[in-house]
Amino acid sequence: MSANKRPLSPFMIGPYYKPQMTSILSITHRATGAGLVVGTLLLVYWLASAALGPEAYKHAQTVLGSMLGQLFMFLWTWALFYHLANGVRHLFWDAGRGFELDEATKSGWWVVWSSIILTFLCWLIAAP
Amino acid sequence: MSIRTPLGFVRGLGSAKDGTHHWWMQRVTSVALVPLILWFVISLLSVSRADYEAFQHWLSHPVNAGLMVALLTAMFYHANLGMQVIYEDYVRPESKKFIAVLVTQFVLFLLGAISIVAVLKIALA
Repeated sequence: MSANKRPLSPFMIGPYYKPQMTSILSITHRATGAGLVVGTLLLVYWLASAALGPEAYKHAQTVLGSMLGQLFMFLWTWALFYHLANGVRHLFWDAGRGFELDEATKSGWWVVWSSIILTFLCWLIAAP
Repeated sequence: MSIRTPLGFVRGLGSAKDGTHHWWMQRVTSVALVPLILWFVISLLSVSRADYEAFQHWLSHPVNAGLMVALLTAMFYHANLGMQVIYEDYVRPESKKFIAVLVTQFVLFLLGAISIVAVLKIALA
């Protein structure tokens, strides 16, 4: 049988598997990673505006301070903290620690709650 | 129908001679990004609503400008490595995957270059 006709195990997200803590967090890690890449456009825009001078900087501050700008920044903050926390979880796995299912579930909840708490903490501090 | 064996198809396509380099650099950049991102978030909280002069003053400090360049370098490098893995897992056929990886690489390099030049312009002003 040629390699491309061999049966493959189905993708972790979909009708074949029950959603699990580990699989949901795994795909969220990728989704937040891709989202953060798109979010770098805002960072580049902000830095480039600052380099163009006071007026461009002021305009960028207004754009980022708008409702839509703030919404994007809020989601970006959460994605950043999620990817950061889950990234640290991955580094522990790379070191060979925390592979037991109960440990992986527990560290998963740590990631979820720390990302939410850190996001709200940041926005509470940043609030005028 | 080809008379070549499955082994014949893959022979010579083997090692790209960089082994675990991609995987390792993803880890190296991620370890570097942990303190850099924490520094960045804390700094942003203090300058996000500052006026232009205050922001310029903050970024013109050599340590802040240096950390910012380090952050942008590690971040865009890490972003490129991560996006490549996503394309390799989900994008078919090979030609589309190749184009996606290449275009992303060019765009992220350009974004990195623009943002670093912007930081240097402010820092050296």
